[in-house]
Amino acid sequence: MATVNLQKVVKRYGKLEVVHGIDLDIAHEEFVVLVGPSGCGKSTTLRMVAGLEEISGGEIRIGDRMVNDLPPRARNVSMVFQNYALYPHMSVRENLGFSLKIAKQPQATIDERVREAADILGLSELLDRTPAQLSGGQRQRVAMGRAIVRHPDVFLFDEPLSNLDAKLRVQMRTEIKRLHQKVRTTVVYVTHDQVEAMTLADRIVIMRDGYIEQVGSPLELFERPANTFVAGFIGSPPMNQVRGQIGSKDGEPVVAISRDLALPVPGRLRGQVQADQDVVLGFRAEDLMPEGHELKTDGALMRFNQTVSIAEPLGTETLLFTEFGNQEVLSKMFNPRPVAEGEQIGFALNVDRLHLFDAATGRSLEV
Amino acid sequence: MRPVTGMRKALVWVATLFVMMTICLPGAWVVLSAFRPNREILARPAIWWPENFNLDNFLRMFGVGGEQIAIPVGSYFMNSLIIALTSTFVAVFIGMAGGYAFARFRFRGKNAIFLGFMLSRTVPGIALSLPLFMVWSRLGLIDTPLGLIIVYVAMNVPFTIWLTDGFFRQVPVEMSEAAQIDGCTRWQAFWKVEFPLARAGIASAGIFAFLISWNEYALASVLTRSTDSRTLPVGLMDFSAQFTIDWAGMCAMAVLIIIPALILTFIVQKHLIAGLTFGGVKG
Repeated sequence: MATVNLQKVVKRYGKLEVVHGIDLDIAHEEFVVLVGPSGCGKSTTLRMVAGLEEISGGEIRIGDRMVNDLPPRARNVSMVFQNYALYPHMSVRENLGFSLKIAKQPQATIDERVREAADILGLSELLDRTPAQLSGGQRQRVAMGRAIVRHPDVFLFDEPLSNLDAKLRVQMRTEIKRLHQKVRTTVVYVTHDQVEAMTLADRIVIMRDGYIEQVGSPLELFERPANTFVAGFIGSPPMNQVRGQIGSKDGEPVVAISRDLALPVPGRLRGQVQADQDVVLGFRAEDLMPEGHELKTDGALMRFNQTVSIAEPLGTETLLFTEFGNQEVLSKMFNPRPVAEGEQIGFALNVDRLHLFDAATGRSLEV
Repeated sequence: MRPVTGMRKALVWVATLFVMMTICLPGAWVVLSAFRPNREILARPAIWWPENFNLDNFLRMFGVGGEQIAIPVGSYFMNSLIIALTSTFVAVFIGMAGGYAFARFRFRGKNAIFLGFMLSRTVPGIALSLPLFMVWSRLGLIDTPLGLIIVYVAMNVPFTIWLTDGFFRQVPVEMSEAAQIDGCTRWQAFWKVEFPLARAGIASAGIFAFLISWNEYALASVLTRSTDSRTLPVGLMDFSAQFTIDWAGMCAMAVLIIIPALILTFIVQKHLIAGLTFGGVKG
């Protein structure tokens, strides 16, 4: 059972603390993605699991072993690096078999495992080439092959796709997912790309400034972000966030965005708000729908007319920049028609899917 | 850019030829003179191409055919070889360790120490000869191979550190990390991955260190006295007597000094091919 457990893990460089006592439990065969902006501590956390960084405090367990003081070679993990880190003076075959050779496995075993990995990743034709003779995608596959030949307890991926061009990245992303389906192993994957995180992960861990902001399945994070940071990080485009204040109208709580714009507080949040509380109102671009292009919904819709300042056609949808209570927001038009800039359009906002965050702390008011 | 005309091209070639001839002429003269007798070398007007091309000077040096010059060339050669090889080996080993440390580790005073090493190279060797002589004579190191080896190691270490540091910096640190995750100890990761990738730099550091030790004259002339430790460049001066200089013998010995250096450079040059690390990481 290759579970990974982090308990109160701290990393300090001298006096500077970069990871502040994080807790995380990763299940056997789970695909967990650590995601966050640069400098959030995600790579450092991964490197602590790998044993490439010392742990300044707390405990890391792989399976039932505490690995804090074990060198990388004793942890039975394998890692794919951002720049591949293939050994340029060895052929693909030697790169793949290197770990087994170091472990003094018999040559027959090495050959068999190398062949097996090459088959899985489609590298059989390339075994006698050197890394310099491979394309970016092929090098990436060799790096993955080098990771799987060992049958490790845990795979660690450190931004493995960020050096590839956009098209290849999408292709390799699918390959990684397929690989995980074939080789059921626990995976810890680091990226700064939320799309990669959403598409690959069983569970996503969102980090910022050395803290974990939220852990959950991709849809959980999308539907119920714990704070404004997560709301702004997950989803493309990020969630619209508009400042407002809790007031009341006809005895019902409302979010007042401007003098003449107020929205009812969704039923599920009514018990959570306090009078005059400063809040951030959040809603997804797809919940602000141009009339005639609405998605099916049984929620309450609030309708209003507004001018489009910029239209960005993406093919399957068009992003419309407009204003909501004097603040710029984004709307998604599905099955798009051409939209002229400056055009006045009727919008329908799905009021049931509004999110409310405390303006001071940024925390979601949802329980 | 102006178009390269035929005339311009020809002029460039002529200029290049002229410069190369100026550079190579003294060397060529030494080699030519090694194969002819003294009177032909000293003849006026000069005889450019040996009329009597033979190996007499070399045979004389090694005492083949009866006549032998009273200069122990064999001992000098062995001294030179032992001193140059040993000091090179030690300097490269220390330089490699130091270069690796400078490239990979953070420590207090790193930049100052590095600068100090570089500055030590700005002191002309001859300026150290007197203090060295005094210290070495107290330590009993005058006229010993060990004395010269220590001096040459000290001379070469800053340079080998500087050179190997640059090459280790080019080897991405992820190479070593990948090897450690693949099951290597740090030591194994160094020898199996980082060392082969920095081989070009280590080889060039070796060549330079060897050539400096092999050709060094100023300090060796002060610190050596007898056949126990005297090296070939110092031995060259044995050909000058009070009233005469045996130019032919001297040239033959100079050729003898050049040959091992040439051979070594040829052997090692294939390791000097740069760009070995290309392809392992995203370029």
